[in-house]
Amino acid sequence: MVRGLKITPIKNGTVIDHIASGLALDVLRIINIQSLDKDSTVSVAIRVRSGKLGWKDIVKVENMELSPRKVNAIALITPQATISIIRDFKVQEKRSVDLPDRIVGVLKCPNPNCITNQPEPVESEFEVTQRRPVVLTCSYCERRVESFLNHLA
Amino acid sequence: MSLHGRDVISIRDLSREEIEELLTSARKMVPYAEGTKVMHPLENKIVAMAFFEPSTRTRLSFEAAVQRLGGSCVTIADAGASSMRKGESLYDTIRMLSGYGEAIVIRHPNEGAARLAARASDRPVINAGDGAGQHPTQTLLDLATMQESFDTLTGLRVVLLGDLKYGRTVHSLAHALAVFGSEIVLTSPASLGLPDEVVERLEHMGAKVSVEPDLHKAVRDSDVLYVTRIQKERFTDESDYRKVAGSYRIDADVLKEAKPRLIVMHPLPRAGEISPEVDSTPHAVYFRQAFLAVPVRMALLNAVLGGTKKGG
Repeated sequence: MVRGLKITPIKNGTVIDHIASGLALDVLRIINIQSLDKDSTVSVAIRVRSGKLGWKDIVKVENMELSPRKVNAIALITPQATISIIRDFKVQEKRSVDLPDRIVGVLKCPNPNCITNQPEPVESEFEVTQRRPVVLTCSYCERRVESFLNHLA
Repeated sequence: MSLHGRDVISIRDLSREEIEELLTSARKMVPYAEGTKVMHPLENKIVAMAFFEPSTRTRLSFEAAVQRLGGSCVTIADAGASSMRKGESLYDTIRMLSGYGEAIVIRHPNEGAARLAARASDRPVINAGDGAGQHPTQTLLDLATMQESFDTLTGLRVVLLGDLKYGRTVHSLAHALAVFGSEIVLTSPASLGLPDEVVERLEHMGAKVSVEPDLHKAVRDSDVLYVTRIQKERFTDESDYRKVAGSYRIDADVLKEAKPRLIVMHPLPRAGEISPEVDSTPHAVYFRQAFLAVPVRMALLNAVLGGTKKGG
């Protein structure tokens, strides 16, 4: 049997590895692939064997580097993910996603009556009040948020 | 730490020492609030009242407090008549207002509005209630009422009765009671109990919290009975509402086994939760509580407006 690579290497771009199994499509949503160059190839692997996690997902995107906001959003939904920056087929930088103490503009506050959900010139803002598991508190209305997938901005 | 020039958005913005200082100052303000003594520390100062939802006692007691301190007010008392109706954002309205006075007092229907106002303003902002969120001056006057009756806020047994889920005054008050080391007894319909996360937070602070759905049992051995309004709109079935509202009505029968020194408090307006027959008993302090709003708000305004600029 011929063993081939399931995902081909990329020349320049970003590899998001160790995504919790089943969350690759949510990571794609955060990346917003519509906003990428048309000639950027996006590769997705779902349910890949992983020594560390058992199963994991991987996303590779050509010609893209993630903004800090997108990194924060990924950290919220799959905190064990790692991000590698690839330049000329080589890993230039590899890091885990780290949550800052304050998260701005990444999530919508789930409280519909929060002032950040009104037509005001203000971005949502949350403080990280607990890290394992992650709990956020809205800096404006003080609502606690413990699940994030449905509240991504 | 001084309160000069600071925003007061949530009771959590104040340390125990700051609350104690404010309560001591509020006690001294009583004769000035009654008009038997005169002081004018806010002379030539203007406080902007930004009330974006209807409020009677909160706005009037703030205005009375400013005037008793010798200051004056400019007031938005009806959001419908303000430029917000023309689509102006709260942010812009507050930026504009912060040019008109030395401080801003805000009441707004959205949670977090006071925090946004504080960021928009370079003058101190005092929260007079934002949606179902914070209402720190209500908590301060609740504490002042208890302290006036018992001379302490530590070691009291306080029953919180009614809508403990949505009632905005209750969460801040429970926090303050935990700070001062009083015992909290929760009495409410099962569907309107204090949210678990709030109970956990109180217990984490070391507070003794218990649930006692039986009002008669809760009242026995307690020092304070804090009654809140159970809102009809929280129930889908009106007969459920009537059953619940009826079972939590305070009357002479409920108070039969109470300690002689038990005080009955209510943030008002009441809607039948307390029978008028209680008004003439020594237990009733809710009208005194409403009066104490003035000296408490005087103490806070005096502390905050000692400085001219935020952080000054």
